Amino acid sequence: MKHKSLLLAAAASTALFSTTAIAQNEDLAAAPCEGCAEEMTIVSWGGAYQESQLKAYVEPYVAATGVKVSFDESSAEATAKLRAMNEAGNVTWDVVDVVASDAIRLCDEGLAAELDPATDLANAPDGTSAEDDFGNLRVNECFVPQIVYSTTIGYRTDKVGDTPPTEICDIFDTTKFPGKRALQKRPIDNLEWATYCNGTAKDKIYEVLSTEEGVQAAFDKLSTIKDDVVWWTAGAETPQLLADGEVVMGSTFNGRLFSAIVEQDQPIDMMWDMQSFDLDGWILPAGLDEARMKRAKHFLKFATDTQRLADQAKYISYGPARKSSAPLVGKHEALGIDMAPHMPTDPANAGNVHNYDYTWWADNRDDLDAKFQSWLAQ
Amino acid sequence: MSSSETMSVEEQLAAGQTEDGIVRAADGTPLKARLAKALRREKLRSFLMISPLLLFIVLSFLMPIGDMLLRSVENKIVQNTLPTVVQELERWDPASEELPDEATFAALATDLKIAVKERIHTRLGSRLNYEQSGFSGLFRSTGRAVRKMEEGPYKEQFIKADEDWGKLQTWVVLDSFKAPYTAGYFLNAVDAENTVDGVQMKAENERIYIQLFIRTMWMSLAITFMCLLLGYPVAYLLAHLPARTSNMLMILVLLPFWTSLLVRTSAWKVLLQGQGVINDLLVWVGFVDDADRLVLINNQTGTIIAMTHILLPFMILPLYSVMKTISPTYVRAAKSMGANDWTSFWKVYFPQSVPGIGAGAILVFILAIGYYITPALVGGTSGIFISNRIAFHISTSLNWGLAAALGAILLVLVLLLFYVYDKIVGIDNVKLG
Repeated sequence: MKHKSLLLAAAASTALFSTTAIAQNEDLAAAPCEGCAEEMTIVSWGGAYQESQLKAYVEPYVAATGVKVSFDESSAEATAKLRAMNEAGNVTWDVVDVVASDAIRLCDEGLAAELDPATDLANAPDGTSAEDDFGNLRVNECFVPQIVYSTTIGYRTDKVGDTPPTEICDIFDTTKFPGKRALQKRPIDNLEWATYCNGTAKDKIYEVLSTEEGVQAAFDKLSTIKDDVVWWTAGAETPQLLADGEVVMGSTFNGRLFSAIVEQDQPIDMMWDMQSFDLDGWILPAGLDEARMKRAKHFLKFATDTQRLADQAKYISYGPARKSSAPLVGKHEALGIDMAPHMPTDPANAGNVHNYDYTWWADNRDDLDAKFQSWLAQ
Repeated sequence: MSSSETMSVEEQLAAGQTEDGIVRAADGTPLKARLAKALRREKLRSFLMISPLLLFIVLSFLMPIGDMLLRSVENKIVQNTLPTVVQELERWDPASEELPDEATFAALATDLKIAVKERIHTRLGSRLNYEQSGFSGLFRSTGRAVRKMEEGPYKEQFIKADEDWGKLQTWVVLDSFKAPYTAGYFLNAVDAENTVDGVQMKAENERIYIQLFIRTMWMSLAITFMCLLLGYPVAYLLAHLPARTSNMLMILVLLPFWTSLLVRTSAWKVLLQGQGVINDLLVWVGFVDDADRLVLINNQTGTIIAMTHILLPFMILPLYSVMKTISPTYVRAAKSMGANDWTSFWKVYFPQSVPGIGAGAILVFILAIGYYITPALVGGTSGIFISNRIAFHISTSLNWGLAAALGAILLVLVLLLFYVYDKIVGIDNVKLG
């Protein structure tokens, strides 16, 4: 508590910098940062997602501290690049945005720094500790989640007849929904969906997939639609394939579908059944010198506080990773529509959710990926 | 040394012969020594002139490649992380089908405690996970447990922490990867693995790389052949039309060459897809049924079409520059002696253009073999190359050892083909103009 009041005092004394933030929350950006570097490089994904980060907390942070921030749009290759930098002994990144599975790999490889939620992260405004506020979304000691996104199914409203698909197993039903479907070219999600549609209970999916027979059964299920699948690797492909009429349905990230449906007004709709929750968040590279590490942590604490994560949802339809942020989610900045119903975490959408098991996949990914590629090539 | 220089030395020999038989220069030093000195200076100067480039190539090309190739066999991580375990395992015989003794487990505890402190145990876990699923989790969970372990006996404690320590297979994997160098990555790269019973091919449903190597080879050859087929007539026209028309044609060849690779590949997507321009046109004309559109993309056809288009200039330009140097008098002479059009082309013109074909074909083939962006975008599942898997292991799975092994095999295959080409066509018979 002493910690918090200190911060409040700091915030009050520098209220000039950011008046709106103070009204709602303690202003961590204005908290003093002694011996911190004056520059930092943030690594992110580019595009609409990076834009949402820029608007929600990077710009406010720069305004409050005057730190020089540059972006590197390298998140897609972050694991490989970080390892190369680490081996060369010259890490040029300070804060890196990665998905949870990459964070596990980076932490296991010793390439990401371990963080202590008690000191490195901000508590919720009601005093809930950061550890409880993020809950099990903090998949390991290195990872600070920002958003929950989901891989879910979009379909062409004009090509599915009068009865649009309502459940995940409809992707395996080629008689009811003839035509191509787009699926991501990786075993994750696809094997789980196949297992689920083989009649396995949701909480038994990974148990079944841990057996040879279970894996075979999942591939057999996928084989029933193999000739009807267009495999995608970039999130932008499915919305494009849907818009071109190349596929009748396909999996992609919910934010991509949101922009195709709401922002571009395409004849597309989405179903949330068995949407696969995934996380995106920050890690700090291991081995930063003291000044840069201090600056990175100072930024991180601000950027992942309750208000900042809620602000991000104004620009993109991904759910904030903090429980305390959810009630603060407002309207879309440009369109003025309520964002809450478009969040994967909204109760109306989260009726039947698939929780992707990171640690299980960390163990089995190499093996199943080889099997998946071999199956694809057959 | 050229014959003219030899001549001049001989002349000097004749002119400056002295009594002791040694040829001397005006100042009395032996001419041979003077000549050698001059040559040495010449050599040194040439060497100094190329040395910046040489240094650059060594530093930025040869050394990284060497380092990468070394990774395909390097495996010091096991020894560095678990040094005493590796020592203890020397006494253990996997064929005994019994778990290692208590001393080995004690060594494991000692080593792991240090590794956990240095946070390197999970790194070893990810390394061994490439060989067998589960090692990643095994080291992560054991790393947590080992901190709380009590003083000996350790065997039960480890098995309690994670039952995998009680499985023979865990120790077999650890034992077979304890050496500082391993053939494991190369075995993996040819769909084989090291088991208790020696080297064996992997299960049918895990094989992938041999098939990909073969596909990469034949598709690159097919692309090279397509480029030749389409490029030869264009190059011929370029070389033989009047300058004004051929300049126009040249711009048409160069324009796509200057366009971004991604733009061209995306354009092919728009053209080739099911609801794309080509299919729409065919349906409109009535060649194909609307319900039965041609599948031109996300398969091998797509890769071959798009890559042929992208690599075509690399065939046309060397062909053109060689054809430009072929004198028209030969063909005229052949014709004047009664050869018809075909004979004069096939017997006289074509053989002279072979060096261009050689250069173009090698250029296109080598570029094709390493392509991965275009196959990834238009190749679907049946049209991807081995380089796509190399890229995957570099950037996604972080299995750099396997990527290096695959790259090394690809390099050897290319050198092998180069050798075969040299034997059949002759490498001197390649010209870029």
